[in-house]
Parts: sequence; structure tokens; C-alpha cells
Amino acid sequence: MSSHSITESSSRAKWIAGSLVILYALITMLPLVWIVMTGFKSPADAISYPPKVVYEPTLEGYVNLFTTRTRQTEDYLLANPPENWADEIVRQYDMVIVGPSKFGERFMNSVIIGFGSTFLSIFLGTLAAYAFSRFRIPFADDLLFFILSTRMMPPIAVAIPIFLMYRSLGLSDTHLGMILLYTAVNISLAVWLLKGFIDEIPREYEEAALIDGYTRFQAFYKVVLPQAATGIASTAIFCLIFAWNEYAFAVLLTSATAQTAPPFIPTIIGVGGLDWPAVAAGATIFLLPVMIFTIVLRKHLLRGITFGAVRK
Amino acid sequence: MAQIVIRNIRKEFGDFVAVKESSFTIEDGEFFMLLGPSGCGKTTTLRMIAGLELPTSGDILLDGENISQLPPSERDIAFVFQMFALYPHLNVRKNLSYPLTSQGMPRKQIKAKIDEVAGILGIGDILDRPVGGLSGGDRQRVALGRAIVREPKAFMMDEPLGALDAEFREHMAEELRALHDRMGATTVYVTHDQLEAMQMGDKIVVMNNAVVEQFGTPREIYDKPATMFVADFIGSPSMNFLDFSGSVAPGQESISLSGHDMAVPSLREGASGDLVFGVRPEHVHLSDDGTFRGRIIAAEYLGTTQIVTMETPNGELKARIPADRIATVGESAGIGFRGDTVSLFDRADGRALRSALNEGVLGHG
Repeated sequence: MSSHSITESSSRAKWIAGSLVILYALITMLPLVWIVMTGFKSPADAISYPPKVVYEPTLEGYVNLFTTRTRQTEDYLLANPPENWADEIVRQYDMVIVGPSKFGERFMNSVIIGFGSTFLSIFLGTLAAYAFSRFRIPFADDLLFFILSTRMMPPIAVAIPIFLMYRSLGLSDTHLGMILLYTAVNISLAVWLLKGFIDEIPREYEEAALIDGYTRFQAFYKVVLPQAATGIASTAIFCLIFAWNEYAFAVLLTSATAQTAPPFIPTIIGVGGLDWPAVAAGATIFLLPVMIFTIVLRKHLLRGITFGAVRK
Repeated sequence: MAQIVIRNIRKEFGDFVAVKESSFTIEDGEFFMLLGPSGCGKTTTLRMIAGLELPTSGDILLDGENISQLPPSERDIAFVFQMFALYPHLNVRKNLSYPLTSQGMPRKQIKAKIDEVAGILGIGDILDRPVGGLSGGDRQRVALGRAIVREPKAFMMDEPLGALDAEFREHMAEELRALHDRMGATTVYVTHDQLEAMQMGDKIVVMNNAVVEQFGTPREIYDKPATMFVADFIGSPSMNFLDFSGSVAPGQESISLSGHDMAVPSLREGASGDLVFGVRPEHVHLSDDGTFRGRIIAAEYLGTTQIVTMETPNGELKARIPADRIATVGESAGIGFRGDTVSLFDRADGRALRSALNEGVLGHG
């Protein structure tokens, strides 16, 4: 390895690059780490000043997140000893657990709506992108521009018309309504990203499959789809992140049945005072699915982002 | 196997005409070359035979059956792509079995078939490797294997050697020709390399600007070019064109080049105006007593022969002559031609005049 090599960097350059990456990671990870830490603090530790970095961890935040509790008289508390560790935690405040909170339900709504709309966006987006990439479609450029134009203003700008439309269609506060809405927002991203990925796949692969006796559709799913897996994975991550984190439409259009986790988590604050550990616990759990999804698809994602940069 | 008849085939892409009314016949078992410069329509023609493009008009007959509008899967024609197009997500064995699974062939039979093909091509030891890591030659063999494994009626090959390096190409060309001779399957092969076409083909179609210029055996095409384009495209260095004007009549056996009589094959048609005297460099000789003279302006020594470039009253001329003749630049020398090999062309449309040399050949074009 010569010191002037273009492809091999010197050990000092590697050291500097490594330090910069670690420094950047620390800065960006700090808020996340703080949220995770707060989730395991007691309410007193959570708001103490100066902030506590070392503290005695407790699951109080998680218990409060998943349960509804009520204050009881001393007689009742003495007559009913705590049944488990969760009970013991709430007894500190002379309370008893009376049932589960809505968090589980809201979280499941997020899972159904987030993954449902991601699946639908990818399904429709892949078909549309393939058509745009391979067939002579009249006005293809105009159609692509039209699809993109749906993203030219912030989606929330059309919130009021959508609200009215959904009310008269009976789609307000339904899973289907939210899935359709997030799909509508994501589909333009999906079509454009996937078209780029499919354009990169040489037509010869499908033509070879056609020659080998397969129909156009068989060639599509047996040959094109495996090649596009990278692009599909990275597009799916982008779609899921949007649908998962979306807040404004969720606040506006959902309430009792289809409310997702993002509008629900802040409402925890209002229930038992400023319960920051419970909010942090909610945020932590809320992060997990996207994180797991991304880690599972990480190999594809990294290839996907650099895909097409260099011809093999 | 199969005979393929192409009748008045035409292909338009929007306003662009890729192939203009072309007709030729590929006989059963022939190794047939589609030759021409890039953009001449040869690949489009090949793709139409395979069904990857549908002709705008005209017919393609495969063993008498009109297949021109059938999807590729119903034509029983295999195609070898220039970039091989091996399925990158499958290993060699799966690539080879792909055309068989689509026919619903039982697994045992597929395995036997693949082992047989692997034996023919010598790729038995790489069957379980992913295609990504294969060398160019092995990829080429797998692509061929995928084509022959299903025993199709005919093979289409789109510059299959174009992606290989020069050294290996020669070897692969021989292997390909040997494979064809062994299987005897009708093969249509697209190339822009005239040497490859001459060396491998039983018959050649020369295309230019979306039309078929000539169709015949390599020998016919080289010795009896139907047009100036063919004469120029085939051979290196290409045919010499000496311009003269005047008129010729049927039965005439010589013409006058700047006042010197030159023998030509007995003409079968007359013409007048700007004409071209075409002669291959190897049919030119230098003779000190020749009356038609030129001045040597360059000499290229090639070992066994040399190429001498001369300036004549009718234009520049290249002669391939024995290497032992000392040719000095600036020297004036007499020039002679082998009269029975000369082609005359009409400058206006580039067409060869019919003569004793080429009659019976030109009918095809």
C-alpha cells in the first residue's frame, strides 16, 4: 500500500474518517439514547435538574404506559396485597391497576395501517413502475409528472378536503381509510424510485425468459422481481417510515377506532400528570418495528442506495 | 430442424423504419449470417424471427407455418444474447433448466438433459456455481447450453462473441461452428464483423440502411458483390473503385479507363453516365510495360504480401502484391487487372451491372 494510492487510504485517513463517523453517530444517537434512558427512570428522576445520567432503573414508565390505574383507600390496599411486580410498583403511589391502557390497541393500529399501506404502495408501485419502464405508454412522461406532482405540496395542505371527503365516504377513523390515504401519498415515491430500479435491470433477462417459454407475467415475477428485490426493500423502508411516523392526518382523521400510536403517545401526558417516563417508554416501543424492519432489510437497503451508481 | 422463410418483412418504430421490405430464405441446417454496420436493422430482423419484436408487415415462415405474430414462447426458437443474459439470481444448473421447467418436463429428465448438455459444452464442473463469478467463456457456454438444452427448431445469436476479448473470440468461434456442425441446427447469427461472417457462415445476408443489399454464400458475396456497399464493406482492404464515365452496351468485353482498354467480364446489360470500375486489391498487379500507369504513394509491408497505394488518373487504388517486389514511394508503375474478376457499378445507385461474372447471383438481391 503506497502512501499515494487512490484506492487504498492511509491508516491515518482511516483513523480520522472512523473518528468522524463515531462522533456523528454519537451526536445523532444522543436524543434516542436519552429517550430510551428516560423510559427506565422514575418520574422524579426524569425531571430532576441537573439531568441524571446515573439512576436506579425502574419499569414504572412501562407499567404506566400499558395500564390504567386508580387511587384507592388505605383499607383497600391493605386488604388486597399486590399480586405481582407491576402491582408493587403502582402501590408506591397508593394506586391499583384496573385494566390495560389503550396503547396496545393503538400500537396494533399503527402496525396494521403502516404495514398495510406499505404493502399496497409497493404492490401497486412495482406494477406501475414496470409498466412505465417497459411498455410504450401514451403520454408516459406526462403521467409520471402527474404522479410526482401529488408530492409538490405538503400533503397536509389538502387535509380539509380529505377530511370532508372521508366523512361523506364513511372512511373517517377506519383502518381502510388510513391505509388508502398513506398509500396515496407514498405511491408517487414508490413509482419513481422503483422505475429507476427496474430501468437498471437489462431487458434481456425478461426477453430470455420469454424465449425460454414463459409468459410476460411469469417473466416479470420470476426474473424481474428477484432482480428488483433491492429496490423494493429500500422503497418499502421509505414508505413504512412515512406511514409509521405520520402524525398530522392521524390526529385529524382518527379517534376512537383507528387511532395510531403517534397521536396517542402525547395524550399520555394528560392522564396522570407529566408522566415523561411513560411517554419515553411509548416512544421506545414505537421505534422498535421500524428499527427491526430496517435491520432485517439492511443488506438490501445499503445495496439499494448505491444501486446503479456504478455499472457492474 | 427447420427452414425459415422471410417474406417482405418490414418493421417501423414510430416514424423510424428499422427494416424495409426484406426477403430471404434460411435453409434447414444452415449457419446463416446477418451482416451489416450497426443500426442497419440486422438485430431487429433477428428479434423479429425470435418474436421479441413483431413485424409491422410481412411474413416469417418456420417450416411453412406463419409465425410472424406468435409470442416467442410459441415459436420454439432459442436466442443467445450479446450480453448472455444469464439469470443472475440462479446458478448454472438452474439457468440451464429454466427453459425445461417452463415445459413442465419431469425433474429426472431435466437432470439427465442438463448432464448431457454440460458434457457437450464441457461445463460439468461448474453446474452448481452462481453465474456471477464465471469467466466470459464459461458464461458464453452456459448461454449456449440454455439455448441447446431444449432442442429448439432454430437458434438466433445476437453477436454472441462481441462481449469476449479478441484472443478468446477466435477459439469460441471455432467451438461454435463445431457445435453447429455436430447438431446441424438452423442457426441465424448477427454480426458486424465481416471476417467472422466469412469464416463461419454458410450463407450471408448483408444489410445496410434497413435493406438487404445482398444474400448469398461468402464466396458469392466476396467475388460478385451486388452493390458498391457490399463491395466496400466486405474485404480488407476493400474493393477499389475507379471512376470513369461513358456508356457500355450488352455483350461488350472491355471498357476504356482514361483511354486505356481494360478487359471486363462480358456485359449482360448496358448503362451510361458515371460508372465505376471495381477490382479487388489482390487482382491488381504491377507491370512495367503496362500503359495504364500510377504513382506509388504508400507501401505497407505485411510479411507475405504488401499493400501498395497508388494514385491513378481515375482515383486512388490499393494493390495487394508479393512482398518481394520492391515498391518505392514516388515510383511510377504500370498497372494490370485480372479482367474476369472486375465488377462494374452504376455510380448513381451503386448497383452492379449484370455480366458474365455475376449473372445468376444478382437475382437474389
